[in-house]
Amino acid sequence: MRQGAAPLPAAPLPPAGEGACGAGGRGGDLSGDGAPLSRPASRATLPREGGRDAPALRPTSRRRSWVGVARPLSPRRRTTLAVLSFLIPLLAWAAFSYVPFLWHPLVEVTEPGDIAWMEPGMRVPKAAFAEEVASARAAGTAEPAGRPANPVYLPAPHEVATAFWTSLTAQPTQRDAIRLPLSLWHSIQIIAFGFLLSSLIGVPLGILCGAQPTLARLTEPVIEFVRYMPAPAFGALMVAILGIYDGPKIAIIVIGTFFQQVLVIANTTRRIEPLLIEAALTLGARNLRLIRRVIVPAMLPQLYRDQRILLGWAWTYLIVAELIGTSSGITFFITQQARYQHFDNVYAAILIIGLVGSITDLALAWLGRRLFPYDRSEA
Amino acid sequence: MNSVSPVVLPIEACDYRTQCEPVRARFEKLKGREVALRVEKLTKTFAKPDGGVTVALKDIDLVTHRREFLCVVGPSGCGKSTFVRILAGLETSTSGVVSVEGVPVTGPGADRGMVFQGYTLFPWLSVLRNVAFGLEENGTPRREAEREARQWLALIGLEAFADSYPHQLSGGMKQRVAIARALATRPRILLMDEPFSALDTQSRARMQAYLIEIWKKIDITIVFITHDLDEAVHLADRILVLSAHPGEVAELIEVPVPRPRSHNQALTPEFHATRARLDALIHPPKDEAEDAVAPDVVTRMTSAGDEVE
Repeated sequence: MRQGAAPLPAAPLPPAGEGACGAGGRGGDLSGDGAPLSRPASRATLPREGGRDAPALRPTSRRRSWVGVARPLSPRRRTTLAVLSFLIPLLAWAAFSYVPFLWHPLVEVTEPGDIAWMEPGMRVPKAAFAEEVASARAAGTAEPAGRPANPVYLPAPHEVATAFWTSLTAQPTQRDAIRLPLSLWHSIQIIAFGFLLSSLIGVPLGILCGAQPTLARLTEPVIEFVRYMPAPAFGALMVAILGIYDGPKIAIIVIGTFFQQVLVIANTTRRIEPLLIEAALTLGARNLRLIRRVIVPAMLPQLYRDQRILLGWAWTYLIVAELIGTSSGITFFITQQARYQHFDNVYAAILIIGLVGSITDLALAWLGRRLFPYDRSEA
Repeated sequence: MNSVSPVVLPIEACDYRTQCEPVRARFEKLKGREVALRVEKLTKTFAKPDGGVTVALKDIDLVTHRREFLCVVGPSGCGKSTFVRILAGLETSTSGVVSVEGVPVTGPGADRGMVFQGYTLFPWLSVLRNVAFGLEENGTPRREAEREARQWLALIGLEAFADSYPHQLSGGMKQRVAIARALATRPRILLMDEPFSALDTQSRARMQAYLIEIWKKIDITIVFITHDLDEAVHLADRILVLSAHPGEVAELIEVPVPRPRSHNQALTPEFHATRARLDALIHPPKDEAEDAVAPDVVTRMTSAGDEVE
């Protein structure tokens, strides 16, 4: 014990006297000669190399490990790090947008001069612009002027922020353009309908499968099989069956969610502490009452978490679903704005999807902590 | 209750089969009562993955009478848990019959309450609703079930915690509630599968006292699985000792320690004799030779003179 403890004071903050004493006094701590190890007793049968190797390993073990059992961070640190996680990519984006020598492969024309094909606002490759400037100078005509610019598909943060605000508040400029809030609301309705429909069948079926092995074996293999068919592949089929409006879109969300849902929830049901079910059986609970009064409440916190994750998946199917039949919702807004090269609006719309998704998730997580105060696992 | 001082017999080296007069009279009275649980030729085998068969329990015969406190002990792997789970109806036997007051056991039922080793209170229900659970499952309306549950909580001295949730209780309190929950449906037999093994020594001693108090006041037969031999001698009227591989009845010991029991009785000759007999049955002498640590098996790696012992 003493041999292990002695080197410690010498490591991070050596109090001068003690450190010297610690290293010198015990000898053999780091010196590596292994002499104090069992010399007089000489009953050790370990090879001498072993005696030499052991002290040589110590410096490694004193190094601090950055990986280990994860301990919770202090609330302040958590907040700071969360803000940083957003701030770092945002700063990188701002740097690429506002610092002229970082990337900026194009020149935005501000004054075309006598170059016939140039217009103000046009983005020209740097080399082509320099060529025109050189030839204009040689010919003695008016030189074009411009400033370094990024491609049109990378708008600056302030442009996206402006677009974000105007697309939410202002009336559309194009006649056929639809407003972002309306298209977003349409998308949310599609998601909600699809997810509700899927859950209505998927959750009870999942619970029954988890609670009853025969039923599970009868359904899960085929569900497992269908799960690997990508939901969008059913698009054309769904249009043929359900028409071109919202029907097929909801169907794609249902197909994308349902099969995963049954399997995930069946597995969650199977992970219930079996003793709880056995205790309920010895108390006389049977069949549907057992499911309603024990199995469902026992899995409810995890079921809730599963539904939150599945809802996230439903969002990923939304974009493909909305391209099927007549484009609609937020996807229609995005494709339309991209066609007009209003990439600031495109980014704004994508941001809104992210915001709606994560705000929903945060709200559900908060609600979950209220609903299941007895649940100790991470919400 | 009325004779407070423990009866110490004037024999020094005593046989565990020697019973003093009050104990003998008690066993006579006990065996005069009707049979609560009958186990006949109970056998349980498991199929091994390689196609072989493991015999967990073999030809267990047992008769317990109403209001008996039976402990089941045995070496690890003797199938005591399987045994009590078969009694509860949570597992099926391969052959043999288990009957409770003449009715064969076919599955779990409210005539046998069970307290498990782990904590099995329903975390989403309050303590009161946990105790009322079995009553509601057996058709008692909710109001009435809760009123009755409140009386059970009073019996175990936890009425103040009626509206608490299980995660707010200590381990001992949880097991007390679990006992109340199992008793609330008025079972004939209370099955307990190492219910106190997760508790610390003090809580365990307190829980044993609670259990004895409950058992005295309620018409219940208790089958109590334990691996703690002192606990078995302290609690039981009779101890069913199982041997391992296969699990067979090694002996059914009638505990000669008089009642009421107290922890001071651990020093009496009857207690010692019973405990010694249990030790001999469960840890045969040859095992100890194998388990002993020879002084030279560990190589010395310290300086001479730097001794700790």
